[in-house]
Amino acid sequence: MSETEFEGIVESPWSGGHSPFAVNSKKLGMWLFIVSDSLTFSALIVSYAWLRLANPAWPRPFEIWPAIAKSSLMTLILLSSSLTMVLGVAAAHKGEIKKAVRYLLATMVCGLAFVLIHATEWVTLFDEGVTPWSNPWHVPLFGGTFFGLTGLHMLHVTIGVAYLGVIAWGYSKGKWNADHVEVSGLYWHFVDLVWMFIFPMVYLMSVNPK
Amino acid sequence: MSAHAHAIAAEDHDHPVGSARLFSWVWLWLLLLTAVEVFLAYERLAPVLMLTILVGLSLIKSALIIAYFMHLKFERLGLFLILIPAMVFCICMMLIWFFPDSVRLMHMHSN
Repeated sequence: MSETEFEGIVESPWSGGHSPFAVNSKKLGMWLFIVSDSLTFSALIVSYAWLRLANPAWPRPFEIWPAIAKSSLMTLILLSSSLTMVLGVAAAHKGEIKKAVRYLLATMVCGLAFVLIHATEWVTLFDEGVTPWSNPWHVPLFGGTFFGLTGLHMLHVTIGVAYLGVIAWGYSKGKWNADHVEVSGLYWHFVDLVWMFIFPMVYLMSVNPK
Repeated sequence: MSAHAHAIAAEDHDHPVGSARLFSWVWLWLLLLTAVEVFLAYERLAPVLMLTILVGLSLIKSALIIAYFMHLKFERLGLFLILIPAMVFCICMMLIWFFPDSVRLMHMHSN
């Protein structure tokens, strides 16, 4: 944490103490955003789970190839991107700028690969006649929940790649410090965490049992 | 800058942040739990049991991500206390209102 973060703190009996959580404001702000975003995803996931259980005729269209193989690969890629992210943050805190930027770029490549593979998954479903409003299996909500959940997550990954790109650029230029890298890492790990719920609940709960 | 702020800054730099070895172990555990989930998908379990096991494993995975990758294990307890319990409470409230109903509907439809 840079020392300048604490300049300007005025001591008063009503100030609540100096930095009671020992984190800078950016990090606390990102954590609060993550809590609120996790409630957004929770609401979507819980309502999906409600629909999934309440409809015994819920479609189970996902075959090993392509859906389960691809989504498992996407999970591997996203988990690996979290590893490169955390190593990037560690490098940034040690002041190893080149190494940190390389790790950030690796994380972005993983994120892009995730989005591209996911896009091919979507195209496969479109070809089978699945849209957000209808599908061949006569449970329209299947498409609505599938595209709603995975779409919102994909949007988060896309924004994350752009965010990491901006941070990598600014950090390599010396505009920003390791704290910015760490805070962008929090966002990235959260996006990874959300997929840890979407993958089993959307894909693995609808595996074709054949 | 006050002495207190200096103490906080020093504390921030001194506390353990985890090594590449630790992070790699966490990553391996996350992969292992994912493999268990994919394996379970092909065991024909009842939907409620299946959902319970999958969400249980996902909760373990997210706890690993939050604790190690998101560093919360190494932060002050106060940060954990303002963030996590209220969030968990809100999610539990969603579950309490939704689940009894979905299970009731499931049994109603299958009869």
